[in-house]
Amino acid sequence: MHLDHASPHDGPGAVGADALRPDGVRRALRIGLGGPVGSGKTATVAALCRALRDEASLAVVTNDIYTREDAEFLLRAAVLPPERIAAVETGACPHTAIRDDISANLEAVEDLEDEVGPLDLILVESGGDNLTATFSRGLVDAQIFVIDVAGGDDIPRKGGPGVTTADLLVVNKTDLAPYVGSDLTRMAADARAQRGRLPVVLQSLREEDGIRDVADWVRSRLAAWTA
Amino acid sequence: MSRAALLVLADGRFPAGGHAHSGGAEAAVGAGRVTGAASLEDFCRGRLHTAGLVSASLAAAAALGTDPVELDAAADARTPSPALRTAARRLGRQLTRAARAAWPSAELDALRRAFPKGAHQPVVLGVTARAAGLGPADAAYCAVYESVSGPATATVRLLGLDPFEATGVLARLAPEMDEVAGAAVCAAERAAGEGTDVLPADSAPLLEISAQAHAGWHMRLFAT
Repeated sequence: MHLDHASPHDGPGAVGADALRPDGVRRALRIGLGGPVGSGKTATVAALCRALRDEASLAVVTNDIYTREDAEFLLRAAVLPPERIAAVETGACPHTAIRDDISANLEAVEDLEDEVGPLDLILVESGGDNLTATFSRGLVDAQIFVIDVAGGDDIPRKGGPGVTTADLLVVNKTDLAPYVGSDLTRMAADARAQRGRLPVVLQSLREEDGIRDVADWVRSRLAAWTA
Repeated sequence: MSRAALLVLADGRFPAGGHAHSGGAEAAVGAGRVTGAASLEDFCRGRLHTAGLVSASLAAAAALGTDPVELDAAADARTPSPALRTAARRLGRQLTRAARAAWPSAELDALRRAFPKGAHQPVVLGVTARAAGLGPADAAYCAVYESVSGPATATVRLLGLDPFEATGVLARLAPEMDEVAGAAVCAAERAAGEGTDVLPADSAPLLEISAQAHAGWHMRLFAT
């Protein structure tokens, strides 16, 4: 191979946000799920897979901090066939892999599309991080920030980029509110005050079809993406 | 040559996946071989004169315009551990993406077509240096510095090592980094006339063996 005589640039592929793949086909919609450790991101991903897998072609990328725990949880729960779940290693910095250096995650989503595609939707789950961890727009098209009532009912008031700017804020584990002394009404009001017109969902996955509101939101994003 | 372009390429925040790798430091910390600044310095010195020299020579040769396909085969032959070969290609693919966005070039496009899943990272680094208008010495310096800065940063996270001490380790190694970069450029120039077989093949067997073991750990912070 003589690179000096190589042909001019081939198509896109140097950047991650292009809506079309190099072959000209529209890529999958990519939705990120972030939030603090233990807030229920993986449980939400699992519930979304169960709700949507019969109506859309799905895959999941997990970003674990020091194990393959989240990927293995999804595999054990058998929410998707194993070839549709990929784990990215983040070198002790989950927010770096979803925001500052998204290259490993972009490869994971591209490999999934190559190997099990065509895909309609890829859920990219962040490793548990802090309230400032948000996804790069080069990696995902929309992001869901998941907090829970047991993490303290002052989190919506405190704000931060995840709470204030995510496309959807999910306040999870509402069934625990009476036991941890969290005021759901106040959490909802604080969240609305922080977020203006951006939506907020309060959910308990212990309830029958507890994922319904979040799944409907994902369906609407999917409809807009493929329109 | 643009000195500023070199700073962009050598920046630890250049988004090419390096943050997820410890360069063998996690395995060495786990085995009790790196426990503080002094042993980190020993570890980095060993890596610099083996893996660092080999990487820098490959990068310098690629920056000189040596055929990347040949260089990639030479890199494979110099990387016994399958885990490290996989990691080097993954990092090469990640660097290719970042480099094509930063310095669009026909050579980088051709490299991506030839290696859709990634060429060895030092080879990509050399082609990237060319695209950025940099020379073989610049490419060698980037490879040399990466070979020690990765383990130093990782050790700060793994041991809670004082970051000032870790930076002191890197500063003390600077004269040796100059020597290794110089040797790498000489080797790359020789290889341009005599073929890639004359490139250095210094290896650190313990790095290769422990990388292979590390790949099987269930709990780890870093990919390598």
